[in-house]
Amino acid sequence: MSDCMSSRRDLLKAAGAATLLAPGVFLLAAPTPSKARPEDTATDSSVRWGLLVDTNRCDQECTACVTACKEEMGLTGHGRPATDAQYIRKVEIAEPKTGFTRSLPVMCQHCSSPPCVDVCPTGASFKRADGIVLVDRHVCIGCRYCMMACPYKARSFVHETTTDQLPNNPRGKGCVEACTLCAHRVDAGIVPACVEACHSKGRGAMLFGDLLNPEHAITQVVAQHPTSQIRADLKTDPGVRYHGI
Amino acid sequence: MRILAALLIALSLGGLALPVLAGPPDVPKGAGEKCLADAATMRRNHMSMLMHRRDATMHQGVRASTNGLKACLDCHAVNDGAGQPVGIDSDKHFCRVCHDYAAVKVDCFECHASKPAAKKAAEAPAEAEPMAPPEAAQESGAATPPKPEGPK
Amino acid sequence: MAHMPDLVFKELNAKGTAFRVLFVALAGLFLIGLGAAFYMEHSGHWVTGMTNQVVWGMPHVFAVFLIVAASGALNVASISSVFGKSVYKPAAPLSALLALALLAGGLAVLVLDLGRPDRLIVAMTHFNFKSIFAANIILYTGFFAIVLVYLWFMMDRKLKYKSSGPGTFAFIWRLVLTTGTGSIFGFLVAREAYSSAVMAPLFIAMSLAFGTAIFILVLLAVCVIDKRPLGDVLTERLRVLLAVFVATTAYLALVQHVTAAYWAGRVDVVSFILLNGGVYTFLFWGVQMGLGTIFPLALTLVPRLRSHATLAFASVLVVLGGLAQVYVIIIGGQAWPLTLFPGYEVESSFFDGVVQSYSPSFPEILLGIGGFALALLIVAFGMAILRFLPTSLADADIDPHAKKRLLETEEAGEPA
Repeated sequence: MSDCMSSRRDLLKAAGAATLLAPGVFLLAAPTPSKARPEDTATDSSVRWGLLVDTNRCDQECTACVTACKEEMGLTGHGRPATDAQYIRKVEIAEPKTGFTRSLPVMCQHCSSPPCVDVCPTGASFKRADGIVLVDRHVCIGCRYCMMACPYKARSFVHETTTDQLPNNPRGKGCVEACTLCAHRVDAGIVPACVEACHSKGRGAMLFGDLLNPEHAITQVVAQHPTSQIRADLKTDPGVRYHGI
Repeated sequence: MRILAALLIALSLGGLALPVLAGPPDVPKGAGEKCLADAATMRRNHMSMLMHRRDATMHQGVRASTNGLKACLDCHAVNDGAGQPVGIDSDKHFCRVCHDYAAVKVDCFECHASKPAAKKAAEAPAEAEPMAPPEAAQESGAATPPKPEGPK
Repeated sequence: MAHMPDLVFKELNAKGTAFRVLFVALAGLFLIGLGAAFYMEHSGHWVTGMTNQVVWGMPHVFAVFLIVAASGALNVASISSVFGKSVYKPAAPLSALLALALLAGGLAVLVLDLGRPDRLIVAMTHFNFKSIFAANIILYTGFFAIVLVYLWFMMDRKLKYKSSGPGTFAFIWRLVLTTGTGSIFGFLVAREAYSSAVMAPLFIAMSLAFGTAIFILVLLAVCVIDKRPLGDVLTERLRVLLAVFVATTAYLALVQHVTAAYWAGRVDVVSFILLNGGVYTFLFWGVQMGLGTIFPLALTLVPRLRSHATLAFASVLVVLGGLAQVYVIIIGGQAWPLTLFPGYEVESSFFDGVVQSYSPSFPEILLGIGGFALALLIVAFGMAILRFLPTSLADADIDPHAKKRLLETEEAGEPA
């Protein structure tokens, strides 16, 4: 187990920066390394985890990220789409006048000024020092004000008693939940499940890394290519950026 | 008044007698060599240890593997007849054996898994070489914005 | 100022049949509401009409209505203590009791709908002061405390001549409280139907209208049930007040939509509510504006229609219109999808870009009605054990000028 873990971590460290394959396309290559952090230390604000999605590369037919997320987080669902939780979803966008279309994953945008954290009465919604926005479900009272406030429709409410949760993602009836940017994996030096799946099963359209670390591919790509944020007008400063829209 | 007193005595006797008759619980042995502290300390303080650990993990991402709920379950899981660990729905579950006896209800397992993580046999690491996009070669037209040199 | 006539305040006759039937009925409705809440909590919210799209449903409609009405119900007391209108003074303690009761009813509904109502203590011990919700928790508990002190001043023989101080404080507090309730919605920047500064004054106007309507209904009901004389001096004034508040609410509701419609990005959501929103359009024009505004305005303003019966009817309509208004604000606002990608048509498995559907479930409605019942139960219980209302609200008893006029006519009549 530990062998497997450390070999994976080495592998991720080895995987490097984005490379230019052809003009206009950069390969969002390989899960980037997490900053190695000893197990018993706290996160700090010297890192800001972020995601970059290359919508030019994201395939409309592909839902590898969504499937991987459900598997990683133990989101089994009850066949009730209106109340079943979704941490990440594929959104198809089309501009009616021009016919321009793109397909892209939307999840918690891990804002640096998260509206959900502002409105939460108990402080259950919070932002970790490294920029990951989480719900402390020991303190969440299930008022759903964060769901009203989130501009990205990123959060779900657990509408029923849950059983057989995975150890990595405790979740239960009556609390609000969302994408954790796979904090449990990131803390262990592994990229989020969606990013891993995007590279192993999809077209490698997602890039994960530390937006403050100039050595990380994501930082370099963001510095040199146009990227956008969803609802940038709200100035929530998301940690998730998109290229190609 | 007398009836009330009799009722109270009966109730308190009943309340005391039942667990006493059943005797102290037979606490299952853990798997490891020794626990984080001696049994008396663990019995008295496990909840505050877990609580402290809980907030550190949740808010600061401290995930030392030795003293969290997962670690408790790893050592103390009780197996059923078929050799599979039992969940909180079984009265043989390590937590329940004591908590049922002490009549202390905890809601940890409404959210947390009550069994150790299933060992994944084939946990192969992700593909080493990044996948090249199929359209990489031809996607240089006007559809994509012109881009400067790729990052190194 | 004319000397106030001596009034005898008395408890309700709790042994009367009408009172007992009403009390049992209210208790029953409250218990049914509790049962509904237990059912929803036990099964999880999937048994309700609420979803990940429409996260606040019928319980919130009732809760917001009751909480908003609570601060408005205090209005009668404010007019007597703050604005010195002595005619309202005999009814002031009841108005404060009703304010407390309505707030308790509304908060009960809100709390019982939480995903984890068992963690209420968490909400009371963990505060995020940037949250308008947390601010409201402080405003609500503060309201209870302040109105209780105010009530004590009004009902204590020695203190009652000093009640204008606490009364003024309570009045200011209630304005802030309703501003806070309106801001729950007004501060939601991402939701096109909500984010607006008009929300705060709109909610204040709504509170005045709904609170006055409920106060009128309770006053009329108490006087009928307990056979207490009720003259026209007080009800005439309440009638005019109700009309003014209802008109103000309708005006601000229109301002809310007109200002939003001026903004290109919000034309769609405004036309959704006002023109093509199906049930929301019907509720806005048919119930909120028609049944809840125009009709009661006619009932209260046409001189020929003046009577206690029409006033009661108008008040019922204002309550119905108010519930419709809150429904349109809360549910209609959520039915309109969030705009993540302006200028694009969007589609996903998570209901992006489509108008969300919501059908209220029975348990939600029963919980809301239970909140109403709890509020009225508190009023009934309070009035049965303490002296909140004088035995007579006849004109001659509460209005010094009416008494004087009456004496003059009697004197003038004697020689003849």
